[in-house]
Amino acid sequence: MDPVSTASLEVSGLAFAYPDGHQALFGVDFSIARGERVALLGPNGAGKTTLVLHLNGILGGGTGAVTVAGLPVGKRHMAEIRRKVGIVFQDPDDQLFMPTVREDVAFGPAAAGMKGAELEERVDRALAQVGMAEFKDRPPHHLSFGQRRRVAVATVLAMEPEILVLDEPSSNLDPASRRELADILRSLDVTVLMVTHDLPYALELCPRALILSDGVIAADGRTGELLADETLMRAHRLELPFGFDPRTATMGA
Amino acid sequence: MGAGHAHRLYRHGHSPVHTLPPHTKLAATFAFVVVVVSTPREAMWAFGLYALLLAVVAHRARVPAGFLLKRLLIEVPFVAFAVLMPFVAEGERVDVLGLSLSVNGLWGAWNVLAKGTLGVAASVLLAATTELRALLLGLQRLRLPPLLVQIASFMIRYGDLITDEMRRMRIARESRGFEARGVRHWGVLAKSAGALFIRSYERGERVHLAMVSRGYAGSMPVIDEVTATRAQWSYAFALPVAALVVCMVGWIL
Repeated sequence: MDPVSTASLEVSGLAFAYPDGHQALFGVDFSIARGERVALLGPNGAGKTTLVLHLNGILGGGTGAVTVAGLPVGKRHMAEIRRKVGIVFQDPDDQLFMPTVREDVAFGPAAAGMKGAELEERVDRALAQVGMAEFKDRPPHHLSFGQRRRVAVATVLAMEPEILVLDEPSSNLDPASRRELADILRSLDVTVLMVTHDLPYALELCPRALILSDGVIAADGRTGELLADETLMRAHRLELPFGFDPRTATMGA
Repeated sequence: MGAGHAHRLYRHGHSPVHTLPPHTKLAATFAFVVVVVSTPREAMWAFGLYALLLAVVAHRARVPAGFLLKRLLIEVPFVAFAVLMPFVAEGERVDVLGLSLSVNGLWGAWNVLAKGTLGVAASVLLAATTELRALLLGLQRLRLPPLLVQIASFMIRYGDLITDEMRRMRIARESRGFEARGVRHWGVLAKSAGALFIRSYERGERVHLAMVSRGYAGSMPVIDEVTATRAQWSYAFALPVAALVVCMVGWIL
C-alpha cells in the first residue's frame, strides 16, 4: 500500500447500539489524512465518547469498519491497533495509574515488550516533548492538574502512535496551561483527533472540524467556516463563548 | 501518606542496608521471623541475642533507636491480651507481689511479647530502609501472585485520591449544615460511604479502560528489573543465618 495515500484513520458506516438497546451511532463516515489536526465537535450525548472507544477496539460488535493506517480494527491486530491509536482520557488521574511519572510513561512501550536502555530513551523523549523531563521520578498526584494532563499526553506519545486522540484536552485547565498544551500539540508531528466542547480551542488548533450530532456526522469542513455558520451551530446545540467571533479571531495554527 | 517515596515509615538514607535489593531484604526478614518464632520460649537469652542482632542492623542502617522504638508502639493493642494471660491461664500458680499468677500463663505472655516485639521490630526496620515502591518490586520478584502486587500498587496510587474525595464529600456535607452528632446521623454517613464506594468503583473501570488502551492484557509489564548478586544475598542473609545459629543452640541447650 502506498503510505502517502493511506489515511491515518478511516471510519465507514459505523453504527453501534449498547446492550441496553440505546443506539449511540447511526452510520458514521469520515477519514483523516496523515498529519491532519481535526476537531470532533458535538453536544453532550452525541456519541463522541462511544466513537472514540471504537477507534482502538474497546467497543465493537456493531456494523461498519474502522481502519487505522490501513489496518482494520479487530481482534486480530488488537495489540498493534492499541499501539497506533493513542487515547488521552479526560481525567488524568484515570490515565496515570502507576506510582511514578516514569513508570507510567513506560507502561505502554513496556507492555509492547520494550525494555532496558531503549525503553528509558523512549520515556525521556516523550517527557521532553511535553516539557516534563525534570518530573520523571515524581508521583503523579504531586503534580498540578496541567502538568498531569501533559504527562498523560506523554504516556501516549511514548507509544509513538499513528494518531493521537484527545478527549476534552482543555477541560479544567487554567489559561496558561491551556496555552502551554496548545503549543505542545502544535509542535508534535502526529495526526490529531481532538474531541471537545471548547470551540475557540478547536479553532486555534484544528484547521478542520467534524460535527457529530445524534450519532451521525452532521458537518465536515473548515473549522472557521463551521463556527461562523450560526444556523448550523444552533441546530446542534453548539454555542460560542460570549464575545467570541470566529471571523475576527486570529488563527494560531 | 505519600506514593512510594514519602511514606511516614520510610527513612531516607544511603546506608548499606538501604541499597540492598528489596527482595533480598524481604526474604531475609521473613526468614528471621520464622527462626525467631521457632525458638523455644524457655531460652530467654536467645531472644536477647536476637534483639542485639536487630540493634546491629539498625546501627548499620543508621536508623536511630528513638525512631525504631516509637514505631514499635503499633504493637501495643495486639499484645494487650498477652498481659491478661498470667491471670486467666490454668495450672500451677505462683505469688508475685501478692497476686496469684499462672506459671503457664506467664510463659505464654512472655512468648507472645518477645516474639511479637522482635517480629515487629524486624518489619519496622524493613519498612524504614525500603521504599514502598521497592517493596512491591521485591514482592513481584519473589513471585507473589501478580494480582496481589497490582492491587497493592493501586492502593498506593489511589489512596490519597480517595481520601481527598472523602474530604470533599465531608466539606460538601458540612457546608449544607450537616454535623454528625448521634446515631440518627449514621444513615447519612453510611450513604456517603456507599457513594464513595461507587465513585471509586467507577474510577476503577475508567482506569482499566485507560490501561487496556495502552496495551494492558492481564499482566503488568516489567519496567524495572531488580536483580541481586550473590554478595548482596549473603549480606542480607547474615541476619537470619546468625539468628538460626542462636536458635539451634537454644534447642540443644
